[in-house]
Amino acid sequence: MSVRKKSADPKGVLTGVHYLDGDYAIAEGALAAGCRFFAGYPITPSTETAERFAERIPLVGGVFIQMEDEIASVAALIGASWAGVKSMTVTSGPGFSLMMENIGLACMMEVPIVIANVQRGGPSTGLPTLTGQGDMMQVRWGSHGDYEIIALSPDSPQECFDLTIKAFNLSEMYRVPVFIMTDECVGHMHEKVVIPPAEEIEIVERKWYEGPKDKYLPYKPDVDLVPFMVKAGDGYRFHTTGLTHDERGYPVINAECQNWCVRHICDKIRLNADKIIEYREDETDTAEIVVVSYGITSRVAWKAIQDARKAGIKVGSLRLITVWPFPEKKIEELAGKIKAFVVPEINLGQIKREVERAAKGKAPVYPVSHCGGWVHNPNDILKVIKEAAK
Amino acid sequence: MKPEDRLEEKHPMEEFLRMDRMPHIWCSGCGIGIVVTSFIEALQKSGLDPDKVCVVSGIGCTGRVAGYLRLDSFHTTHGRPVPFATGLKLANPELKVVVFSGDGDIVGIGGNHFIHAARRNMDLVVICVNNFNYAMTGGQVAATSPIGANLSTAPYGNFEYPFNLPYLAEASGATYVARWTCLHIRRVTKSIQEALQKRGFSFIEVITPCVTLYARRNRLGDGLNLLRYYYENSEIRHGADTRTLDIGYQGKIIVGKFVDIEKPTFLDCMNNHLRKVLGNKYQPWGVKS
Repeated sequence: MSVRKKSADPKGVLTGVHYLDGDYAIAEGALAAGCRFFAGYPITPSTETAERFAERIPLVGGVFIQMEDEIASVAALIGASWAGVKSMTVTSGPGFSLMMENIGLACMMEVPIVIANVQRGGPSTGLPTLTGQGDMMQVRWGSHGDYEIIALSPDSPQECFDLTIKAFNLSEMYRVPVFIMTDECVGHMHEKVVIPPAEEIEIVERKWYEGPKDKYLPYKPDVDLVPFMVKAGDGYRFHTTGLTHDERGYPVINAECQNWCVRHICDKIRLNADKIIEYREDETDTAEIVVVSYGITSRVAWKAIQDARKAGIKVGSLRLITVWPFPEKKIEELAGKIKAFVVPEINLGQIKREVERAAKGKAPVYPVSHCGGWVHNPNDILKVIKEAAK
Repeated sequence: MKPEDRLEEKHPMEEFLRMDRMPHIWCSGCGIGIVVTSFIEALQKSGLDPDKVCVVSGIGCTGRVAGYLRLDSFHTTHGRPVPFATGLKLANPELKVVVFSGDGDIVGIGGNHFIHAARRNMDLVVICVNNFNYAMTGGQVAATSPIGANLSTAPYGNFEYPFNLPYLAEASGATYVARWTCLHIRRVTKSIQEALQKRGFSFIEVITPCVTLYARRNRLGDGLNLLRYYYENSEIRHGADTRTLDIGYQGKIIVGKFVDIEKPTFLDCMNNHLRKVLGNKYQPWGVKS
């Protein structure tokens, strides 16, 4: 299936060189991607994205609405997306927990929406103003049942901008919720952000159905497994539900349809994983130790990697841009060639376990974990690299 | 002649029903189907383009309405049809968006969304079928269950104060508020039609029998007995003070149209305010230029 692409609508693109924090860069990325509907609820440390959107959207044309809670926010996004408008919200830990219910609905209804989680220390109210990476498993498994999502992890305000556009493109391409899993540090970090001219920004269009109206089936998989979509008000008189459903979108409550329906929403991501997954490698081909990192931690790890190289250790870096679907093939391939993995992250080993699973025992995995509130000291990572290299 | 060609076997409302999903799941004696019939009739009379009408339901017996209406129809999560409808309406203001769900869905689990949508005067029609209990899950106590009624999670009788829905709707900012029982078919139809033709947050409560659970547990008889109860105990009092509309167990039901006022909607307020503040820089949304 060929993907339909076009350049960005210049109305939303603030072309130029800016000095922005990660939260603002997410709002600008969304506007550049064509997002015209934002429903959200204020929560530290993500609120600046909502504020920026509220300020900018009246000048671009669209809707900002502050909802009564995060449950309502995601419900509103799904409604808006069915009306054909690209939609997003932003939150942090406690709000993310509230969103889980309708994230499941978006997966089941196969609706493109984008959610940014500016992570803070958890659980519960935790550390509202301090960083964390503790929601990496929640984003993958937080709603009930089997499903698949896509999650990206930016490590700078520039990447917040770039990956927000990518998030919208993937979301439209696969009819799936896409998450920008950033954190307080990147969210509040000010750096140079280059916003290119609109014609240089590639936008993926939704897979609109164009056949006869009475033949439309909202959940009939196309060759790439992603069904075509229509929008409300165009006369298709379609039905969609959070219940297990058939190709028509009609509820069918039995094991056979459940198997078809759930495998379908999982397979369209799993079988397209190679096309979705993006990572950055540095000297992994000659490495004995590979540091697997993502988000803010990859920037701290970079210092440790350089120091280790100075000390004569052959260290490579595998930085995850896409955390979900997880690049398990890449990890397994590296595992067969290297001595060990080192996984620094601001949680107690969420992605470390995933690396272990993918490495299939071919290489040991050394965690560098803490519970949040600060970024790693590069020396702590260096220490573990040295230990792993022994 | 093939059976499908026989005119008399065609349901007169077939254009608006998903006949391929019949028979429906509602019990005999249930009132939801009556409200659906009233809705379709109101829609036909309203002159609205059905292709531009969306129905959003939540979870529960009434939550199944979206699945049977041949319109763009959305069966969402429990309690969330109002915010879902909010997104749908704001993203495409040309749509007429109707929330069709039950009392447990709209004012139980979804109560917070309900009051906020009313407060914003979101341009939605909310039809709330009130059967005094959580019927889909087996007759549990609800935010609308009258004091003294027996429910499966209030086996010794309910002792919680129930919501007075028209009062809640008016106090929250609704611009149209009516209550009927499903016995008042023509009046339900008229209210829905008025709401469809009006802009703003419209709320219509329709009291219906739940024969299988509420009536059985309380030994109130069958559907006909309950309609007789409505007939004998409901009193039409248009414009009544909504503070006086509490419903006691098997008590009097005051019905009527209580509120019908004009007030700018959320989108009116947004467009007017931002145009005033930002002038020509403002890019209006959903306004035909």
